[in-house]
Amino acid sequence: MKRYFSFIIIVFLSLSSQQLFGQQHNHDNHDGHDHSTHDHSTHDHGSHNSATKDAKAHADDGHHAPDCAHIESHEWIEGDEYDPAPTAFHHVGDANVYSIGPLQIPLPCMLYAKDTKKFDFFLSNKFGFKSIGHGDGKYAYNKYVLDGGTVKRIKDLSFPDGKVAINGIVHDHDTHKAYVCAEGKMWETHKKSTADFGIFGGDVDSNFFDFSITKNVMSMLIVFLLMAWMFFAIARAYRNRRGEAPRGLQGFIEPIFLFIQDEVCKPFLGDKYMRYQPFIMSLFFFILGLNLWGQVPFLGGSNVTGNLAFTAVLALFAFFVTTFSGNKHYWEHIFWMPGVPAWVKTILTPVELLGVFIKPITLALRLFANITAGHMVIIIFVSLIFMFGKLGGNPTAGYLTSIGSGLLSIFIMAIELLVAFIQAFVFAILTASYIGAAVEDHHHEGDHSHDVEEAH
Amino acid sequence: MTGSLAALGMGLAVIGAGIGIGQVGAKAMEAIARQPEAVGDIRSNMILMAALVEGAALIAIVFSFLVR
Repeated sequence: MKRYFSFIIIVFLSLSSQQLFGQQHNHDNHDGHDHSTHDHSTHDHGSHNSATKDAKAHADDGHHAPDCAHIESHEWIEGDEYDPAPTAFHHVGDANVYSIGPLQIPLPCMLYAKDTKKFDFFLSNKFGFKSIGHGDGKYAYNKYVLDGGTVKRIKDLSFPDGKVAINGIVHDHDTHKAYVCAEGKMWETHKKSTADFGIFGGDVDSNFFDFSITKNVMSMLIVFLLMAWMFFAIARAYRNRRGEAPRGLQGFIEPIFLFIQDEVCKPFLGDKYMRYQPFIMSLFFFILGLNLWGQVPFLGGSNVTGNLAFTAVLALFAFFVTTFSGNKHYWEHIFWMPGVPAWVKTILTPVELLGVFIKPITLALRLFANITAGHMVIIIFVSLIFMFGKLGGNPTAGYLTSIGSGLLSIFIMAIELLVAFIQAFVFAILTASYIGAAVEDHHHEGDHSHDVEEAH
Repeated sequence: MTGSLAALGMGLAVIGAGIGIGQVGAKAMEAIARQPEAVGDIRSNMILMAALVEGAALIAIVFSFLVR
């Protein structure tokens, strides 16, 4: 059981990563708009005067101010121009619904409101998904609404509890605020519940906690069960068929396992590699499984390894394992590098100390950026169809583009398959090299100067 | 013309990383051509080095997001 221990711990702590750092999702993030040209932070939405409206419309390149007269429909259906940015951010983000093609599987929402001190537990189909798309809900439930796949809460406590039909949700693209249109009024919502300090559109001052099992958490659970089944089956095969040639699944996994053992664990971790091998293997196979799960088309397209919260938790593991297994020489090399002049040490020590933290940060960012970029490129290629289809009100260009765009998407997906393996391998090899540097024995380059000094 | 300076910074960071990874790849190919029997070692070291070069660019890209 001890051997599976690190894997199980990784899985369970990763599962809670969504709740720790929040669902990274930014529905109304429009890049490319120059935010410095206008300041509408104190914009009064109740009484627009025409001058503000004109200035705003001009600065927004056609994006209207939030106004219940112009409720945004789902970005696939209407509008003169197709803007791929919200679609892209929506599809790489987390969601409270698992969509497989037209099928929308509701997920459990676990929400705690700080103002009413009430815990809500319900399935997300209470929000009433629209027939096409999986963005906005048709109903508000106990002041919660579904906006672009994620749950938000209406600020005003006078909004009725229970199931209330809403007309739609509008966004202010400058302040990134969302407003619910219901009962002839605009109701401001809290930001989504995250502790990401607003970097990804969530906020700590949000007035509710979201502990929901989201699409990403669901994908992690599925991959965890698949991995557990696979490795228990393989372990059983090794026990029952001792001394025989591997067969089936066993034969598929064995070369991969041995490759990681020979290329990553043994060269970097030295003689005591068995101590850290379970950790490295758990990281590798869990990341690989999630990468590949996110690659399967029409299967929800979960982007778990492309979620900064998740990769940050994995990097935190690498950080803690490295820090706690670091021996005397490791810390000596960080705080007082042997064999260099004292004035160099004053420069080197801060740099080395910074490096201790930068290493896991880049570990998290690398995985996140590579996987998200891959998903984004595919979404943009698919978006090209709609962009050309909207040109001149004639869909012919869209049909023609779809051929080229489909081929390009398949090409990128093939590359992404490679990237899925490479990034899992890179994460494993870098973690192994960081741990290896921390547990390394006495032989290192710094010692040569010691020898020279002693020789004198 | 709209857009932010951050996008420009992102582009510059990517140029640097591109040159760096290109160098890593080119030298690794040369090394493999000279010593085809060491292909395994060279490949894993190449990936490791490319990943480290990439790290610098990633920090730049994330900062360009944050300091927008």
